[in-house]
Amino acid sequence: MEKMMDDCLELGGQRFHSRFILGSGKYSLQLIEAAVQDAGAEIVTLAVRRANTQDKENILDYIPKGVTLLPNTSGARNAEEAVRIARLARAMGCGDFVKIEIMRDSKYLLPDNGETVKATEMLAKEGFIVLPYMYPDLNVARELVSAGAAAVMPLAAPIGSNKGLATKEFIQILIDEIDLPVIVDAGIGAPSQACEAMEMGAAAIMANTALATAGNLPLMAAAFKEAIVAGRKAYLAGLGRVLTRGAEASDPLTGFLHD
Amino acid sequence: MAENNFLVDSARLGERALQRKHELENNPASRRSPLAYFPGMEQLDSPVEEAVLQEMEDYDCSRYTAVDVRRALAHQNCSREDFKALLSPAAAPFLEEMAQRAQRETSRHFGNTVYLFTPLYIANYCENYCVYCGFNCYNDIRRLQLDEAQIEHEMQVIAASGMEEILLLTGESQQKSNLEYIGKACKLARKYFRNVGLEIYPVNTEDYRYLHACGADYVTVFQETYNLEQYEKLHLLGHKRVFPYRFAAQERALRGGMRGVGFSALLGLSDFRKDALATALHVWYLQRRYPWAEFSLSCPRLRPIVNNDKITPQGIGERELCQVLCAYRIFLPFAGITVSSRETASFRNGIARICATKISAGVSTGIGDHEEKYDGHQEGKAGDEQFAIADSRSITAMYADMSGEGLQPVLNDYVYV
Repeated sequence: MEKMMDDCLELGGQRFHSRFILGSGKYSLQLIEAAVQDAGAEIVTLAVRRANTQDKENILDYIPKGVTLLPNTSGARNAEEAVRIARLARAMGCGDFVKIEIMRDSKYLLPDNGETVKATEMLAKEGFIVLPYMYPDLNVARELVSAGAAAVMPLAAPIGSNKGLATKEFIQILIDEIDLPVIVDAGIGAPSQACEAMEMGAAAIMANTALATAGNLPLMAAAFKEAIVAGRKAYLAGLGRVLTRGAEASDPLTGFLHD
Repeated sequence: MAENNFLVDSARLGERALQRKHELENNPASRRSPLAYFPGMEQLDSPVEEAVLQEMEDYDCSRYTAVDVRRALAHQNCSREDFKALLSPAAAPFLEEMAQRAQRETSRHFGNTVYLFTPLYIANYCENYCVYCGFNCYNDIRRLQLDEAQIEHEMQVIAASGMEEILLLTGESQQKSNLEYIGKACKLARKYFRNVGLEIYPVNTEDYRYLHACGADYVTVFQETYNLEQYEKLHLLGHKRVFPYRFAAQERALRGGMRGVGFSALLGLSDFRKDALATALHVWYLQRRYPWAEFSLSCPRLRPIVNNDKITPQGIGERELCQVLCAYRIFLPFAGITVSSRETASFRNGIARICATKISAGVSTGIGDHEEKYDGHQEGKAGDEQFAIADSRSITAMYADMSGEGLQPVLNDYVYV
């Protein structure tokens, strides 16, 4: 149990006990409350474009004290626009964290990896703690490391789709090869999928739609919390072997070697 | 049902004007070709128009059966063929199922949000003769163009209501409402609003670039009808008569740097299923060429106008309108859908729960009368309205009503970069 007590997610020099991060797709007061109280989220994403309002329902006011804001650059179509939105977030008092989202596709909202690398480099130089949302490509992930990212955030499936770990094999490669935290973002639709990603060694899970569209929001938030903790424990414990076909020889084939 | 009689003679038209009007109405040979560009109009080399019109031409809605509709509803991604089935009469008995599916798609892409905006008409001068429109140049209405101070005053009144997104509209007169005039209005709008859209006469790519630099980021152009033959009979005079120039307006706007573009047919002018098909295909083909752009649709029906209160939407009832809107949502789940104040409050409330993502509030289609409408005191004269609205709810009332429907009203979700 000692291992779990010290087990923290470290991002940009800050330590977080929770490995659930609330995404920004579908926002409501109830969602933020459930994410913080029932899922235990310590980081909440905030779309700068949604906070750009005088409305009495400004989502900035929904964010409880003590929660770290993760402003995102949604609406940016290239690196330059992402940089401008990140600076706006900082000017609004959202701190130094920024999640880069650059979409050049309004249909599937898939991230543009090339522009994301450029934006990461520019924003890291300006002292931001940069969390880039990306399509899981190992070469790009390495470039993001060199560019100064604080983590990489590969998508599991198209955003909002609740389809789970469609890119599982590629996310596993990133987890195995990249020395930064790998935060699985977008597409996680059920606690079991979040658990599976955590067992694989993901550092954290970001989700929004799976909670927002659940029948009972607080209950689903609690389910995610438990699933993520369970997956993390399993990862730390080291998964037992899974037999794929029939029995495995109990005597090793190389048992005859004596040197 | 009897066809609409659009043609109205004003007693104030002189003899020569009346003669010219009748000539245009009755003698097709007196009219320009709707394919002939005016000097200065940019011609794009784009395959989109041909693709859309050909597919519309080939569409025979009677070919589709309940089997096609069921198959379409079972598909995870709605193909063009599926969409054609959903638009067909065979889909009418499936309206509730379509609405359920549409609601899921809306929720997946937009959550439970609904955006509020208001239109601001700054001038109603028009050089076109579009027979169904209240602003048409032969219609005897009070004409008005707001000057800069008046525009700013209207904007202050609207901004004080809390609205953050504005749609600027003019009649289509390049003489009266030239590009610089509209550009100034955009710059003023940027002072008071977060999001500025335009619904003005179509212009060239470089002109859109200029207006974008002035602060506008969204351009809506109604094609009205995609049936060229019918278009020619309804738009008798002026730049709007040039069908292909209007068709390519959104493409020029995107090339000019606008973030998003809006599309619409005015249902009731021609076969509404074909027009709805063409509108959605217009979006579909452009999305493939400009995948980063934002797209939106609206779905207005014909309404009565000043001096002609008999205009009706020609058999397109609320059920048909709802079918079109659900089909749009299922085929283009990423597109915004705006529902106009031409529709009643109860229809707009209901449709916002299914598929609409944007709804206007505090609407006036007249000129310079927001203060009168918002605060009740009258000052000076106002210009007449483009069409009669059916939902006059204020922003406060709309905000409360949308919340009451379980939706989350949003005043802004946009940043100008």
